[in-house]
Amino acid sequence: MEKRSFDTLIIGAGGGGLRAALQLSQAEARVAVVSKVFPTRSHTVAAQGGVNAALANVLPDNWHWHMFDTVKGSDYLGDQDAIEYMCRAAPRAVYELEHFGVPFSRLETGKIYQRAFGGQSRDFGGEQAVRTCAAADRTGHAILHSLYQQNIHARTHFFDEYFAMELVQNQDGYFLGAVAMNIADGEPILIEAKTTILATGGVGQLFRTNTNALVNTGDGMAMALRAGIPLQDMEFFQFHPTGIAGKGMLITEGARGEGGYLLNGDGERFMERYAPNAKDLASRDVVSRAIATEVREGRGVGPNRDHVLLKLDHLGADIVKKRLPGIRDMVMTFLHTDPADTPIPVYPTAHYTMGGIPTDRHGQVVVPVQQGAEEPVPGLYAVGECACVSVHGANRLGGNSLLDILVFGRAAANHVIEQLKEQRYHQPIPGDAADVALERLARWNRQGKGESIAALRAQLTKAMEDHCGVFRNEDVLQEGQQAVLALRERLQDAYIDDHSQVFNTARIEAMELENLVDTALATVSSALARRESRGAHSRIDYPERDDQQWLKHSLFSLEDLKMDYKPVRMKPLTVDSFPPKKRTY
Amino acid sequence: MSELARLRWKCRRGMLELDLLLRAFINGGYAQLDAAQRARFDQLLDYPDALLLEWLMGRIRPTDKDVVQLVDKIRAAAAP
Repeated sequence: MEKRSFDTLIIGAGGGGLRAALQLSQAEARVAVVSKVFPTRSHTVAAQGGVNAALANVLPDNWHWHMFDTVKGSDYLGDQDAIEYMCRAAPRAVYELEHFGVPFSRLETGKIYQRAFGGQSRDFGGEQAVRTCAAADRTGHAILHSLYQQNIHARTHFFDEYFAMELVQNQDGYFLGAVAMNIADGEPILIEAKTTILATGGVGQLFRTNTNALVNTGDGMAMALRAGIPLQDMEFFQFHPTGIAGKGMLITEGARGEGGYLLNGDGERFMERYAPNAKDLASRDVVSRAIATEVREGRGVGPNRDHVLLKLDHLGADIVKKRLPGIRDMVMTFLHTDPADTPIPVYPTAHYTMGGIPTDRHGQVVVPVQQGAEEPVPGLYAVGECACVSVHGANRLGGNSLLDILVFGRAAANHVIEQLKEQRYHQPIPGDAADVALERLARWNRQGKGESIAALRAQLTKAMEDHCGVFRNEDVLQEGQQAVLALRERLQDAYIDDHSQVFNTARIEAMELENLVDTALATVSSALARRESRGAHSRIDYPERDDQQWLKHSLFSLEDLKMDYKPVRMKPLTVDSFPPKKRTY
Repeated sequence: MSELARLRWKCRRGMLELDLLLRAFINGGYAQLDAAQRARFDQLLDYPDALLLEWLMGRIRPTDKDVVQLVDKIRAAAAP
């Protein structure tokens, strides 16, 4: 098997991976980035909103106010040391991007334009803040392309269209790189590294209706799980109430803001029953749960009664065309109908994974050791949506995800640079280091007849949507966990027909499904265990937040499907702690 | 066959909208393209995601007539 050696291996070429790679390459480290798709096709391109930073270009602002909003938004599950670090580092992260060539929109004064976003306040919960820096509606795209160009310039080595299969570690638990497969010819390669950074993004593909690109299958989270690392806070998954049913693309709140409203299969404007005052403009979780409840109780729309309708036609063609042009283009493209004439079929859509691989604020992966405090895992880091630092806690604020990848991509790289100074040589790789990955590859090359990968994936994502989506209680989650376990068993008996070596997408999709099944199990098991409602995790049977019992992080391990817990880091770095309060907006 | 496999993977993009449109096309309309059109489709996939999105959502018309034709075929293949 081919073997290559680098100082640092980064798996994933979204904004987090590329920010880390750039920092390392500029420090003269030898860096390899493995990406299953061409780097500029990573999901960061889809981020439209922007980056939060208290630059105070439009209205007075302060990193401490940003910190308060992030802690409150997290429903007090975010780690306050990491949140302080991120909010303080935010202005610098934005100025660095500007230096890298990101064309931020400008104010007339020439300063960087900032826009208002939900959940942001001045003076610790006061008036609306204006904090989000944007490059038109293409912020993620601009960031990703700038970082990629900078990395090419800094001579980062890219393994484009390579699929990472398994992490490599020695007997002492030191991580030494990974085994990947060249998708173009099916050949495995061992990439040896003194440090490995996981930056593989979220796992939106767990749910049938989601906003994520198809690449978001939680590959890094699943590799970490299989290597014995627990996943943290996986029950917290952000949903938007209105995605196009059966497709997933987001219809923004703006559509209801303009006067659109929801109808069930009986033609009833059902939000009046759930939220008599706010109706269709009630908070996201209320609207999401109302839609799921209507469908569960048989009042859905369509042949399978599996969605509801968003009605806009009463607004008139002019308003729809002028105020909601993006939504109209999208609906006309995918449904071949005009929302000015025909209501849009919608269902809650999964958007962002708050949980992930547990790390400290340096991006080091950390695990609990016996009964004591947690300790860093030697040689392994994680950044971005695949990681759980945790700055988003139980719920992420808009504009904080791009900030997360930039700040912690850089922080992890800086920590790695220090580590590398003390480690000049590679540790020996055990002779059997690649065996697990090679066995996995061989398993999908076996001939046989069994269940199809596509069918199992459809059943998994439907089970997750029905049993671990926005409507959660003990029974529903129990059934969900059983369904995922059953599918995991059945995956053992699945085969693929295509055993070719060149761009064998069937084999990649089979391995992606293995990753989805393991992360699904982490998600549904963590949700079943947490008997409270907090942030994005909302239980019908435990509707209140319970700080006495549950102000703690969940940790799910694949071995024996064990749940463990650890305290939230309530102590910031330099300022006073924000104690839990009832969250109202 | 391996050429189709290569293009199928190239249709994996950073945005769900593009994934759905391009997957529907490579499994459908692509088979009816002649050799020159297939080469053009390969080239189309080299464009950045943000521009492809503008074209495929019908927000901007490409200036090249041949690209317009291809974009229309991909849009037609998007199943309701």
